[in-house]
Amino acid sequence: MSNKEWPIWEVFIRAKQGLNHKHVGSLHAADVQMAIENARDVYTRRMEGISIWVVESKHIHASEPSDQEALFEPANDKIYRHPTFYILPEELNHM
Amino acid sequence: MEINLEEVFQQKIDNEIKIEPRDWMPEKYRKTLLRQISQHAHSEIVGMLPEGNWITRAPNLRRKVALIAKVQDEAGHGLYLYSAAETLGMSRDEMLSELHSGKAKYSSIFNYPTVTWADMGAIGWLVDGAAIMNQVPLCRASYGPYARAMVRVCKEESFHQRQGYEIMLTLCTKGNPAQKAMAQDALNRWWWPSIMMFGPNDEHSPNSAQSMKWKIKRISNDELRQKFIDVTVPQADILGLTIPDKDLKWNEERGHYDFGTIDWEEFNQVVAGNGPCNKQRLKARVDAWNNGEWVRDAATAYAEKRAKREAGKTEAA
Amino acid sequence: MSDRELLYNYTLHLADNSMILGQRCSEWCAHGPILEQDIAITNIALDLIGEARSLYQFASEMRGEGHTEDSVAFLRDVLDYKNALLVEQPNTDWAYTIARQFFYDVYHFNLHLALANSSEKRISEIALKTIKETTYHLKWSSEWMIRLGDGTDISKSKMQDAVNHLWEYTGELFQASDIEKMAFEKGFGADLSAIAPLWHSKVKEVLDEATIAIPQSAYQQKGGKTGLHSEHLGYILADMQFLQRAYPGAEW
Repeated sequence: MSNKEWPIWEVFIRAKQGLNHKHVGSLHAADVQMAIENARDVYTRRMEGISIWVVESKHIHASEPSDQEALFEPANDKIYRHPTFYILPEELNHM
Repeated sequence: MEINLEEVFQQKIDNEIKIEPRDWMPEKYRKTLLRQISQHAHSEIVGMLPEGNWITRAPNLRRKVALIAKVQDEAGHGLYLYSAAETLGMSRDEMLSELHSGKAKYSSIFNYPTVTWADMGAIGWLVDGAAIMNQVPLCRASYGPYARAMVRVCKEESFHQRQGYEIMLTLCTKGNPAQKAMAQDALNRWWWPSIMMFGPNDEHSPNSAQSMKWKIKRISNDELRQKFIDVTVPQADILGLTIPDKDLKWNEERGHYDFGTIDWEEFNQVVAGNGPCNKQRLKARVDAWNNGEWVRDAATAYAEKRAKREAGKTEAA
Repeated sequence: MSDRELLYNYTLHLADNSMILGQRCSEWCAHGPILEQDIAITNIALDLIGEARSLYQFASEMRGEGHTEDSVAFLRDVLDYKNALLVEQPNTDWAYTIARQFFYDVYHFNLHLALANSSEKRISEIALKTIKETTYHLKWSSEWMIRLGDGTDISKSKMQDAVNHLWEYTGELFQASDIEKMAFEKGFGADLSAIAPLWHSKVKEVLDEATIAIPQSAYQQKGGKTGLHSEHLGYILADMQFLQRAYPGAEW
């Protein structure tokens, strides 16, 4: 007995043409074909998707939760990145 | 300034901010969650057995495909929940070995036998009904992966109860006297175990307060049980079936149904392993796992071989 | 035999194969080697039974007299079942199940490719849907053939054993019954003799990759298609038909 668990894969599904692939969950599979097929069988039984990505979990690199403030808070005061920052005449209607 | 991690953690929970896998969490929170989620996962996969038992005998093709799809969903639910639990640092294999050794628990209801087709109806209607009652609040559980798994589970679960109720309705409204008797008999056997599914009375549920504080439990056992009984009684009326509780009656003042005393001795016996099917259920799971070992090993071995061959090809090139 | 009777009987050939194999696959539900594969084989069971239902519905219309998909499926006994012996063979283990599935998938896929051109519109419609499903089944079972054949020593010997054992049930798939012959001549059935070489070449390709030897034994069992079944089918039907038989005419 090898006693080796099949690796974990993260599953991303594109719900319909034009949308991003979105993380939906994970599963175990021995190889990549199986991972895609398992994802199809587990996560698209109710027509939830038209395209699947699988990534072996160990290949995902994540930011550290402790870096959250340093990474994301500086964006808070950059309001000039948002369209509402700019005051334009009302007659302009849509821009 | 010293930051108290536990206080920050509790503040997040109080503010309905979800906890994610890599966030700091108290060890006891992690352990409690791991126990709760893995037990829930075990219940889903052990729960496949009593209904799986009737797949080959379903009375017509429409019922057969619905039942297969339902039992298959339970495998999916087990899978989502094991995945959520894995983010807390325990492998699925470890969780399964705790199930197989008898260390981990699963919902006691699945230790009762399914002896007639009406049991498929009663399970869908009552057991899934009770499960949904339990699970809907868990969609807002404080732990992100758990809450997300439960959202998926609840979405899929909604057809299960309807499937069961429709079986009961057909037996009761279109069935012959034998079928109606079958339906009543199933209700008689599944009623009390179903209301026991909500767990001990609140005063005997020592961990509840902490779980409520952590928002991995939102509503108390007794409150959920009452809610379940209140919605189920009128459903039994529509079927023309009698709930096997002579003390069951509407209490105008409380705005709820009063009901009889639960036989907790029976509950404790089943939890302790003395239910009618405890041994058989566990054996079925252990057998499936053991018989599958060479299959899982073969797939691992093949994947390794192929990876090696492909690496060889790249090197050669 | 009228054209209508012929079409009815031919449809049963198609339906009974998928029904019985679907029933066999569904026995795995809750007992699979790992959750993911439990779900996979259950999906295949659902596809097969779904296909059988479409065919039984069509057959019941051919038969008329108030027949339904259920009366056609549940109220015929062993002698009237027209499935091949292969699909009623027991699950035994994952290797047998995969080998049986793979042998059937190669046949089933090519059969429906041919039936897509059936002169009978309902058959060709069902075939178009079945081709999609079967493409996936065939991919899935081929990959498992290779994984088990080229996996560990244990899996290889189990797979070789399964292939050796099931081989004698594969020839019947291509031995046309009188009904299949007439159906082909009339234009709504498939030419099984044209499917046989396609089957052999695909099977050889996958078994080679799986490092599994093709059995040399020439003897082939037959009889299922004309009602001469193995003992297994009686038990399958006993399970499947129990409620319909115990409560005649009841609604469920």
